Amino acid sequence: MNQRKTIISVNNLVKKFGGFVANDNLTFDVHEGEIFGFLGANGAGKTTAIRILCGLSYPTSGKILVSGFDVYTQREEIKRNIGYMSQKFSLYEDLNIRENIRFYGGIYGMSSSAIRRKTDELIEELDLSDIAGTLIRDIPLGWRQKVAFSVAVFHEPKIVFLDEPTGGVDPLTRRQFWEHIYRAAARGITVFITTHYMDEAEYCERVSIMAEGRIEALDSPENLKNNYGVKTMDEVFLKIARK
Amino acid sequence: MKEFLGFVKKEFIHIFRDSRTLVVLFGLPVAQILIFGFVIQNEIQDVRIAIHDKSKDPVTFDITNKLLSSGFFRLEKYLTSEKETETIFKTGRVREVIVFDDDFAETLKREGTAGIQLLADASDPNSARMIVSYTQAIIATYLKELNRDHQLPLIIEPRVRMMYNADLKSAFMFVPGTMALVLTLVSAMMTCITIVREKETGTMEALLVSPLRPVQIIAGKVTPYILLSCINAVVILILGYFIFQLPIRGSLLLLFGETILFISLALSLGIMISTMSKTQVVAMFFSAFVLLLPTLLLSGFIFPIENMPKVLQWLCYAMPPKYFITILRSVMLKGTGIAEVWRETLVLTGMLVFFISVSAVRFKVRLQ
Repeated sequence: MNQRKTIISVNNLVKKFGGFVANDNLTFDVHEGEIFGFLGANGAGKTTAIRILCGLSYPTSGKILVSGFDVYTQREEIKRNIGYMSQKFSLYEDLNIRENIRFYGGIYGMSSSAIRRKTDELIEELDLSDIAGTLIRDIPLGWRQKVAFSVAVFHEPKIVFLDEPTGGVDPLTRRQFWEHIYRAAARGITVFITTHYMDEAEYCERVSIMAEGRIEALDSPENLKNNYGVKTMDEVFLKIARK
Repeated sequence: MKEFLGFVKKEFIHIFRDSRTLVVLFGLPVAQILIFGFVIQNEIQDVRIAIHDKSKDPVTFDITNKLLSSGFFRLEKYLTSEKETETIFKTGRVREVIVFDDDFAETLKREGTAGIQLLADASDPNSARMIVSYTQAIIATYLKELNRDHQLPLIIEPRVRMMYNADLKSAFMFVPGTMALVLTLVSAMMTCITIVREKETGTMEALLVSPLRPVQIIAGKVTPYILLSCINAVVILILGYFIFQLPIRGSLLLLFGETILFISLALSLGIMISTMSKTQVVAMFFSAFVLLLPTLLLSGFIFPIENMPKVLQWLCYAMPPKYFITILRSVMLKGTGIAEVWRETLVLTGMLVFFISVSAVRFKVRLQ
């Protein structure tokens, strides 16, 4: 386990907004091909950290490497190697599934023939052939999220960042969504996910739990439950959040 | 009843905590009344004129004094040759030129009538009509005074010439204005809304995370609207030319150059507004009040700027469409070249640079 390559390395990450410290000295590593859960209550600083890792904002201090690239100086290279999906979707509602895929493939510099080939594969795999030409606004939420995820990993990034991707979806659909996440991880894509659902935390290889800008715990769900002497991740989370 | 009062109280809290609602409630009516009241004045004041006095005798001096002391006119220049008349109109420095014929007083005394010519810039037909009738009225009043001491009534019959628009077609005025309006709407409002829509739906984040640079994103969003706006401009010109017989006397190339400059300016304004609004509704609201109303009221499109109070005139000078409309009228109707409209062109270019810089700075700040 410990011999796995590190793909995200964060050392002493600090982000301040004026006097407010959003990220207080974060240090952690994410391994290649891992499903890494990034948990924390609202306002704990998760989104701030994700934005820094994605090259959307600069840290105040700290040394951060994403896929081997520096977040201060190599943002372009980082962006080329990551995929991203947020709680609001990243799909265009007035474009159909095929057009959305085409667009995102295009902005990541994929060739037209590669896009066409992969789109057919994807539509086959997701069993979407009946609705491939339907506008996103006309298909159900659960489907949209699956498509959005597939689009986020369409260009085979090294890492995919999922910022509360399953918000507002029923448990069954969430479970199906996680099958897609596992499939992506099996292909070697590192998954960095934030979530509010503790049942989802159980699906992660390792989780970190943030509170007030600091990482309070980081381990596999199994070890965390043992360490805190409780039966579910829910209880682990409450214990840490109440501290 | 208590429940109802509680509800009303909550509603008041909404209103007072939202500064925008307050602006609409109180600012808007005040602004509308003031702007409409002052802008829509069918009187003239301080119209700049030039006088070409070929006679220079006591009578022409008297008439000149009467005109200038009326408060309606302000003397810009004394002209000395016919050629100067043409140039001064082209530069747009005066709205009317008054020409007294040779030996004015002599002729009037001898023959009971004398010649005076009124030339008006009718590229704005409404003002031209008004300016000429005011001038005629002042001359008529002067004659009445003069006639008190004479047995035989003296007659001065001004010969009126409407320059650039002999038939006083109002299309000559509204086509350039409409062009400015449409280009502002399509270019600024639409770009602004389309950019804000991406923010609202969350796709903007996905774009920012992608390898695309912010410049590429904005350029990509704006390009279709540049093309659409150009098509719009051409359609308006074609309609004006064939249906309203609007002449294009100046260089077509200059006209297109200026149009593209204005389209870019409107687009940059749209981008700037988009960096200030989070939702499409706010963007619409902003666009309507920042773009639509001023273009209609304060650009000289419908209401002549000279007649407005000073404060509103200053406001007019901050409106990009004002300069564009001036350029359009000059180039199309008077056939002027860049030599006469370089000032307006420079102002538009300056505004373009300003808006782009502000948007760039604001965009950067948002990313931090």
